[in-house]
Amino acid sequence: MSISRREFLKIAGASAIFGLGGMAIINEITDDIEASQFSPGPDALIAKRWAMVVDMRKFKTEEDYRKIIEACHSIHNVPDFGNPKDEIKWIWTDTFEHAFPGQEHEYMEEKLKRMPFVLLCNHCDNPPCVRVCPTKATFKRKDGIVMMDQHRCIGCRFCMAACPFGARSFNWRDPRGKDDKGRPFIKEENKEYPTRTKGVVEKCTLCFERLAKGLKPACVEASNGALIFGDLKEPNSEVRKVLSTNYTIRRKAELGTMPSVFYIIG
Amino acid sequence: MYNGGKIIIGLIIFLAFVAFPLYYNIGKVSVKPEPKLDTSVIQQLKEKKCVEPKAYMKAEHMKLLNEWRDSAVRDGNRLYINSEGKQFTISLQNTCMKCHSNKKKFCDECHNYAAVKPYCWDCHIAPKEKEI
Repeated sequence: MSISRREFLKIAGASAIFGLGGMAIINEITDDIEASQFSPGPDALIAKRWAMVVDMRKFKTEEDYRKIIEACHSIHNVPDFGNPKDEIKWIWTDTFEHAFPGQEHEYMEEKLKRMPFVLLCNHCDNPPCVRVCPTKATFKRKDGIVMMDQHRCIGCRFCMAACPFGARSFNWRDPRGKDDKGRPFIKEENKEYPTRTKGVVEKCTLCFERLAKGLKPACVEASNGALIFGDLKEPNSEVRKVLSTNYTIRRKAELGTMPSVFYIIG
Repeated sequence: MYNGGKIIIGLIIFLAFVAFPLYYNIGKVSVKPEPKLDTSVIQQLKEKKCVEPKAYMKAEHMKLLNEWRDSAVRDGNRLYINSEGKQFTISLQNTCMKCHSNKKKFCDECHNYAAVKPYCWDCHIAPKEKEI
């Protein structure tokens, strides 16, 4: 028995309507279950755009620097390979001419020239690392944090080449390993936070795990007010107040990555 | 059949080779995995319940862990509301393993049996186990 063109179209149309209707109902049911399952915690700090101001006037002694670096590196299980070639760093220091190339000149105040500047990932508005990452392992969160998803990183290091601030480090060696003398690279593991594995890129994540618990980043907490952290899009926030009353500079602003870390100098 | 003898001998050798795993394991009983739930934290719980029903966790825990990971890392959502409306913090190290601190008897038992090697512990720190 052959089917006429008219009948075929009738059946095809009817089954399409049934099919789509059925899909819609199934989607409705599953969506309902999934939508209610995840949420940020009740204490989580939420912002439209996180930013940090580094008040270099408040850094006096070496201890001031050591404290904040130690606070960050110890809670995030950042390994110390004792070798500048393999170094992993989330927050570190460097000289003015390295931190702000193009802004230095030979008649600058001697103190400023020799002063170590606190450097970390700038959590740019327009992050080049995110643009080049082939697996989306590094991505920008809605609140401006440039995040690393260590599960996805394939260690291609495109992001390291793209980052103009050298804020990213590659794990050439297993961070869980030990050096020649049998000392572990991570002195004391923080059991609450994972380590990384060999072959991934890592960097500062602005303590996203602490923000979720309602805590400020570890470096800010340890800095005694030298680091100021807050929401850039909130006109009454502390960062905005500090920014509107002080002259601040950013690293390599001319590149257009729009860094969210500001520096008050002298 | 030309060269019948050679072909038949070849076939027998081939079959013996292919069936090697079968007759090698005949009579050997592999131990059924028996994951253990008794850790001191679980014993102290009034209601011994995981984040979802046992049957679901048995079959789908890997899916749930995947969802948890995406939710926490990529969306920043660290609170999980289960099918009963109870809330849990999303964290492998700080939520799952605080109860299931007996990784060897709880995770490895089945994973070894099924020859599944998840790479969770390359980064996440497994809890220190006490000898029982």
